[in-house]
Amino acid sequence: MTGLIILLCIVMLAIVIIQIGKVTELTAQIRGEKDAQKESNEWNSKGLLIFGAVFLIFCVVSASYYRDDMLWYGVNESASVEGSSIDNLFNITLICTGIVFFITHILLFWFSYKYRGREGRTVLYMPHDNRLEMIWTAVPAVVLTFLVIAGLDTWNDVMADVKEGEDYIEIEANGMQFAWNLRYPGPDGKLGARDYKRITASNPFGQDFTDPKGLDDFYPDEIVLPVGKKVRVRITARDVLHNFYLPHFRTKMDAIPGIPTYWVFTPKITTEEYRQMLAKSDEWNEKMDPSDPESKTRAEMFNYELACAELCGKGHYSMRRVVRIVSQQEYEDWLKKQQSWYANNVHNKGGKVVINGKEESEDPFEGKVTPVDVVKDSTSTAVTVKKDSTAIAAPVKK
Amino acid sequence: MAYVTETGYNEEVLIKENGLNDHFHDHHHGDKFQSNFITTYIFSQDHKMIARQFLITGMFWAIIGAAMSIVFRLQLGFPEENMAWLRPILGKWITVDEAGMGRLAPEFYYALVTMHGTIIVFFVLTAGLSGTFSNLLIPLQLGARDMASGFLNMLSYWFFFLSSAVMLYSLFLSTGPFSGGWTAYPPLSALPQASTGSGTGMTLWLLSLTFFVVSVLLGGINYVTTVLNLRTKGMTLWRMPLTIWAFFLTAIIGILSFPVLVSGFFLLMFDRGLGTSFYLSEIFIGGKALENVGGSPILYQHLFWFLGHPEVYIIILPAMGLVSEVLSVHARKPIFGYKAMVMSMLAIGFLSFIVWAHHMFMSGVNPFISNFFVLFTLIIAVPSAVKVFNWIATLFGGNIRFNSPMLFAIGFVSLFISGGLTGIFLGNSAIDIPMHDTYFVVAHFHIVMGIAAFFGMFAGVYHWFPKMFGRFMNEMMGKIHFWGTIAGAYAIFWPMHYLGMAGVPRRYYRFDTFEAFKHFEDTNKFITVAAIIVFALQIVFVINFFYSIFNGKKVTDANPWGATTLEWTTPIEPGHGNWEGNLPAVERWPYDYGKNGREFIPQWEPLAAGEQDGGNH
Repeated sequence: MTGLIILLCIVMLAIVIIQIGKVTELTAQIRGEKDAQKESNEWNSKGLLIFGAVFLIFCVVSASYYRDDMLWYGVNESASVEGSSIDNLFNITLICTGIVFFITHILLFWFSYKYRGREGRTVLYMPHDNRLEMIWTAVPAVVLTFLVIAGLDTWNDVMADVKEGEDYIEIEANGMQFAWNLRYPGPDGKLGARDYKRITASNPFGQDFTDPKGLDDFYPDEIVLPVGKKVRVRITARDVLHNFYLPHFRTKMDAIPGIPTYWVFTPKITTEEYRQMLAKSDEWNEKMDPSDPESKTRAEMFNYELACAELCGKGHYSMRRVVRIVSQQEYEDWLKKQQSWYANNVHNKGGKVVINGKEESEDPFEGKVTPVDVVKDSTSTAVTVKKDSTAIAAPVKK
Repeated sequence: MAYVTETGYNEEVLIKENGLNDHFHDHHHGDKFQSNFITTYIFSQDHKMIARQFLITGMFWAIIGAAMSIVFRLQLGFPEENMAWLRPILGKWITVDEAGMGRLAPEFYYALVTMHGTIIVFFVLTAGLSGTFSNLLIPLQLGARDMASGFLNMLSYWFFFLSSAVMLYSLFLSTGPFSGGWTAYPPLSALPQASTGSGTGMTLWLLSLTFFVVSVLLGGINYVTTVLNLRTKGMTLWRMPLTIWAFFLTAIIGILSFPVLVSGFFLLMFDRGLGTSFYLSEIFIGGKALENVGGSPILYQHLFWFLGHPEVYIIILPAMGLVSEVLSVHARKPIFGYKAMVMSMLAIGFLSFIVWAHHMFMSGVNPFISNFFVLFTLIIAVPSAVKVFNWIATLFGGNIRFNSPMLFAIGFVSLFISGGLTGIFLGNSAIDIPMHDTYFVVAHFHIVMGIAAFFGMFAGVYHWFPKMFGRFMNEMMGKIHFWGTIAGAYAIFWPMHYLGMAGVPRRYYRFDTFEAFKHFEDTNKFITVAAIIVFALQIVFVINFFYSIFNGKKVTDANPWGATTLEWTTPIEPGHGNWEGNLPAVERWPYDYGKNGREFIPQWEPLAAGEQDGGNH
């Protein structure tokens, strides 16, 4: 019934519109086509002028309205060292394009109005003007050259991989439908080898545990990093494309099955500091629940987040992990609490994996050596512990 | 310009006085091919009928594609609302829980997004836009009887029809149509285990688009051949209207890039069906490790975007051509910088082939390679800027006739500026890091190649409707359509810039899973409401279109706009062969408006003694 009514309404509306059209056509015929065209010229040219003015004002007003929600010129400054140069580049580009946007729009709408059709107006016969065309080819070319140089300078800095001998933390983010698996290297500072064929429920990364580097690796459910220390994220995917996206760190890189990628960044603001920074803005001091004065503000609830930015299937929108940036001390405290995945979930658990059609044990040391010995072994021989090290041995309990 | 032929001077005089006699009517081809209903309206080989077929099929798809966007906008704007009322149309894709609460299934949300993109990009803005106007205008504006091959032209439409039919069928599959995004990146598109839409839906998607490419190639070869061989006497390349230049370059770009897309599709089909590993490597899915190793998903992205980027110029160049023509005719003033306009189109066409990887800055390609693509991408802004300034200069000093086609042409320029400038952000790889795959990108390409191309198309339809159907479209409805659409389109897409600048990713089913993205409920509601209004206004256009075919004001003057180009020398409703007698001969460039105190001097009027042809500079 409602469907019928809606249908009727649509038909009625269509008839009304057609009638309006018909009537205006008839009046135009009665008054003469020329007069009708003249009136159309007046109304529509004024309309364009007003539209142009309202549009440009609206642009400015809306840009300031959204200011503190945006990553750029508002309070949301880049939380990574590398991201700050991107922010600068964005703002420079915004100024350059903003000027062009306003000039061209003002000219477009002003000319439309000024040269609206009038009886007896003499048209300027100006098929071309080489000087003008030289100017508006050269000026954009110069501005764009500047933007290209500035852009590439920033790009090559941001994308640079870590150098030999540099001090950094390497972690791994592995995308799957529909979650991020996270892996830290453990006390030895090195991620262990993996083979996608070894993936099971108890071995989500498919680690090859014959590699001693991997025995101390642990899999936290949030990314915790110390402020001011370079991080290299090894980005991998288990099934389809994903994208490692940290909006506040200006980080985005595809995770590709079979082709590991990476991202290097240096967090510069801790989560706590960022909350305080946001609290300076009224926008962020709104309560989470406006009806409850006791509820926390948006700034207090703020967290850095990891998202997926490459369509990966029906759960694409839900691949969230929290990122916490903390002080060096807090980071070390947190590290102490982490436990080796192998020792807790694999060793002597009896897990099986099928490799090349043959079933074998997931644990190469099954029943042979205690995991404590294995892990000790790997840290003492294979790995040189760094000086300022975060490599405080994660206690491996049986 | 002297035109020397074998027989020399005498023929020249004869042509000037009588037009070019190509002996067309001695053979009566025209009537033989249009003798009954089927050969006239269905399997027609007449370019004007084929143009109308493309246009109406394109409009059908535009309505479907836009309606899909309304459904997914409802989900984004009002995720908590009951959608059970859509169940009669969408069936089981609306899941209704025990409380009677209907929700759009996430799989179907992604299917809608994917189909919306595929349909609008390929079926509406490629076939519907350049298919319609290339077919209509190339022979008419060049003074040709028809396309070089009427038969291939017919096949071109029917391959498009076949492609449409397959795609339409895929919408009704129980597993749904393809749902992995219009770019169809593997492995998601290669593995049925990864998504329900990647099963039969994807097979049909690939089949449909392969047919579509056949259609584009048949059409394109025809357009190029016609432009090169069937120009009438005196119609040198530098006397062609900008519309024809645009269609000509579009066709060349299409011929060079679409085959690459098909090769990419074929490899994908092999991976899907024959167990090859072009795009697949080290995948663990559905509890199993696949055997495929050594493939690269990035290879597909290269093959896809080698078409995908030229594709956006395949869409926008015809719109630019139409707008250049409409602006000049209704400003009663020559297009400013005709040769610069052609040169900038050539530059854009050339550069379009060496910028494809700017879609892939964040896809894991070597960052060093991106340097080149940044450079070439930002260089494209120069010819684009030249075009914009030339359009604005065309308005300067004119005597502008404001009607629906002109309004849409001016709207196009505004949209092209707004959308083009955001491209300067995205083309710079460093800024693309945070912007890639956010709503900023959505806003950018919808404004610059979606809405702008639609505006070009609308300008074209309103302007050439008298040529297509012998009647005018209703002006009042046209103006309602324009004002609502320009305001509404900006209302939809402008706020999306802010969403993107806040980091909100595109292709999200809902935003409340993330603290960072959930605070734009009001903005999303606003966008959805604006989208519904704009959609309703397009219905006004459709009503106007069909109403005017039968009841519009009749055209009484063969040249109703006072235009200079050849299509207005045909009878009001041209039959097969376009000109009843001899072909018109061309004597001058197509933009002599306001010259020597005359409102316009048509292309077929000889140059006065000592007069210089306007195009020669």
